Amino acid sequence: MSATPAVKTFVIDGVDASARPEQTILAAAREHNIFIPTLCHLDGLSDVGACRLCLVEVKGARRLLPACTTRVEEGMEVTCNSPRIAAYRQMTLQLLFAERNHVCSVCVANRHCELQALATSLGMTHVEIPYRFPSLTVDASHERFTLDHNRCILCTRCIRVCSEIEGAHTWDLMGRGIQSRVITDLDQPWGESDTCTSCGKCVQVCPTGALFQKNRTGGQGCKDPSFLPYLRTMREEP
Amino acid sequence: MSEKKTLATVWLDGCSGCHMSLLDMDERLIELSQQFDLVCSPLVDQKIFPPHVDITLIEGAIGNEEDLEKIHLIRERTRILVSLGDCAVTGNVSALRNPFGADAVLRRVYGEPAGTLAQVPKIGLPRLLNRVRPLHDYVHVDLFVPGCPPSADSIYMVLSELLAGRMPDLSGVARFG
Amino acid sequence: MTTLTEELDQITAKVQQEQQAAGDRINVCVAAGCLSLHSDAVQRALEEEAKKTGARCAVRGVGCMGLCSAGPVVSHESAASNSDEQAARLYGGVQSEHAPQLIASLQGEPVTKLAISRQLPFFTRQTKVVLENSGRINPESIDEYIATGGYRALMHALNEMTPAEVVQEISASGLRGRGGAGYPTGLKWATVARVAGAPKYVICNADEGDPGAFMDRSVLEGDPHRVLEGMILAAYAVGASQGYIYLRAEYPLAVKRLGIAIREAKRMGLLGNDIGGTRMSLNLEIRLGAGAFVCGEETALIASIEGHRGTPHPRPPYPAESGLWGSPTLINNVETYANVPPILQRGSAWYAALGTAKSKGTKVFALSGKVRHTGLIEVPMGMTLREIIFDIGGGVAEGHTFKAVQTGGPSGGCIPESLLDIPVDYDSLTQAGSIMGSGGMIVMDDSSCMVNVARFFMEFCMSESCGKCIPCRAGTAQMYGLLTRITEGTATHRELDLLIRLCEMVGATSLCGLGQTAPNPVLSTLRYFKHEYLAHIEDKHCPAGVCDCAASIAEVAR
Repeated sequence: MSATPAVKTFVIDGVDASARPEQTILAAAREHNIFIPTLCHLDGLSDVGACRLCLVEVKGARRLLPACTTRVEEGMEVTCNSPRIAAYRQMTLQLLFAERNHVCSVCVANRHCELQALATSLGMTHVEIPYRFPSLTVDASHERFTLDHNRCILCTRCIRVCSEIEGAHTWDLMGRGIQSRVITDLDQPWGESDTCTSCGKCVQVCPTGALFQKNRTGGQGCKDPSFLPYLRTMREEP
Repeated sequence: MSEKKTLATVWLDGCSGCHMSLLDMDERLIELSQQFDLVCSPLVDQKIFPPHVDITLIEGAIGNEEDLEKIHLIRERTRILVSLGDCAVTGNVSALRNPFGADAVLRRVYGEPAGTLAQVPKIGLPRLLNRVRPLHDYVHVDLFVPGCPPSADSIYMVLSELLAGRMPDLSGVARFG
Repeated sequence: MTTLTEELDQITAKVQQEQQAAGDRINVCVAAGCLSLHSDAVQRALEEEAKKTGARCAVRGVGCMGLCSAGPVVSHESAASNSDEQAARLYGGVQSEHAPQLIASLQGEPVTKLAISRQLPFFTRQTKVVLENSGRINPESIDEYIATGGYRALMHALNEMTPAEVVQEISASGLRGRGGAGYPTGLKWATVARVAGAPKYVICNADEGDPGAFMDRSVLEGDPHRVLEGMILAAYAVGASQGYIYLRAEYPLAVKRLGIAIREAKRMGLLGNDIGGTRMSLNLEIRLGAGAFVCGEETALIASIEGHRGTPHPRPPYPAESGLWGSPTLINNVETYANVPPILQRGSAWYAALGTAKSKGTKVFALSGKVRHTGLIEVPMGMTLREIIFDIGGGVAEGHTFKAVQTGGPSGGCIPESLLDIPVDYDSLTQAGSIMGSGGMIVMDDSSCMVNVARFFMEFCMSESCGKCIPCRAGTAQMYGLLTRITEGTATHRELDLLIRLCEMVGATSLCGLGQTAPNPVLSTLRYFKHEYLAHIEDKHCPAGVCDCAASIAEVAR
């Protein structure tokens, strides 16, 4: 018999809950129907803890912790929703909306966008942070897909799905800080990429309208990343 | 007190779609109109903004010097200022020109197609601001109603609440686009 | 067969003999500061002059002697006064044409016009532990390091102490990490030692990137073997067999000298397999950083060594448990390692007697900015800021008044005149809204605008943010924009309020230390110099006369 108990018990938003060993706070919370917003997390991909929307308060911890990468520990007391966290989450969303040019009304992903949906569910009615209105490019060189940097939130899901699932590693990042942007290969046009298999997984996992299929127009760019957990399961449990 | 509240609606840098959505309330407009006096609007003759208005709905962003002048005047004369629709709230389509700047846009519109006869109209027109910005970048806004346009239902909800003297809570309902 | 310890003693005797035979020692600082003033040419001129005149002396290039503002610095140690640093004559502003005078003066009176008094508080108020050899030995010669007693601590530990005893000794010394956060070094070592798993790694963080900081560079340029010895001891204590020194490529001289040091240590059998005939093995490699400030953050540094993009990842897990390639990893800063050999050589009790109750030992600072004597200093913890700036640094230039001192680089804060009497230790500086940091200390006088200073550091953080997490990537850019508007005179209280809320949010939600501390320069200047912010906002006036508020006011609607 292993000394580690099979189940960890903890408290989340005042509710007694249980988690499997190695389970993250996010996974456990979802099993208990507790909503924690996420943007960079996607079931089936590795977690990077980058979007900071899933930050939660853990009693005794000096800092807020990302629910997607923090494992549940025995006796943990987690607060997923407090006025302080809500304020930070709104500000995080505002920073994203102000960072690039997100124009929901004319976006291919209108009504199919995770960023837009989160703005509604987190109660963001306007952006008080000054819009930056940067001048960004669109790469339409691929025959089936388009990349619009104006709508990219740098969640890196495309990079991870391409590297971890498709195994092509066509996508990566270049530049740093506010100048960061996703690139294909060594910043060559997507259409000229030697490594891209045109599988379209990046398009399906993109939470916004940054990556979309060419035959779609305003509001038609719905996404379906549900194939991911399936692929993962098939690979891990032969 | 049975005195009616005064209402104004204003159309700045936008497409008038929000006003269309307002009209989309259809028969509910008749019910609502019992409760307010429409003192200034593109829908009525009065074009001079009156000194005291209870509620002003503004459609559109601040895109030129005239908008800028108007918004300060309106804010001074209004008790509850509402940003109606995405252009007023975010800049939206009106702000699509921002990454390029006003001059580049004018050149593209009036210069390139006309060739050598190019002339940017100047006389009698307000100068474009280099960047289109939402209302709250310039004045205090009391309520934000995003949407492109906001649905007739949302506008109805907002107006009924405001006319009843309550501040509507749009969190969880408001949607951009 | 001679043991390695005996070999070290033989080398020591040989070096001493050679030095006696060579006569007086003329040390020319060839660290980056003096080198940029062509001290290498001075060294050549002195060598030629000595050869020409047949003077009985050895001209040597050495590491930093501290008083960088007086560079190029040269010292003259007479053969008689064997190892008394105070007896050495010190010269500043030495040029090649002074060579004949200096060589002629060896047996007579010092050259008065170049002489720097050893009685300056700049020298008398310092306590040198980490820098004790810097400026006195040739950093490219392992023999000279050995002659100062070098590598004896290592041999002693390898032969007579268990790894646990080494950890215990470091814990008892009270040494805390010199990289900035001040985490107890012994505790960190104990954690890595306790975690099961092989291989384990030791890493030296030499990615010194704070504006105005050059402590680590000077230590590596002036006494590289001390850092190596510290690392080997750490590897022994935690059970590591492979180590990396992550050094910024912008320090070519440090890269060169460290490379020589590693080669020589290997040749001596002090690095590599079966060190000193024991079963301890350690391979050390240099990894060059490509100029990203964020790679000073330990998880980003590890990612960079692994060949990935240098971005941090959330902790836990900490490197002690899962670091380089998922293995237990000890990561310490250059100065921390440099403190290790003297602790083991002289004992933890000696070390713990230096400094304050909670901050032991000495701290090296790079003193720069609007202060008379700029340079590299080492003082015992607990000395007050006033003593450092006004006694050692000589105060600000005539006609100006002191305004603030910035410690801790872009993660630190600005401390005003009223708090100059606080002791320099980890806790007092944190309480004052700044941090100890790695040791950058920038003095500012009345000609500095504090809003502009905050803006400068925010610009630094913005361009050095890796871009991984949203608060740091977009937040620093927004805060920089708001600070710019304040300095331009186009901001209102609304912008100031937003700036304050962003500071709080970015600090609380950022992934790594870069973003978490990026608001500190703003917060500390707001705390002590809010009137300067208000002057820009309300009166459209910059009290220091730095910002041009009027120019932008006309352009309100942009």
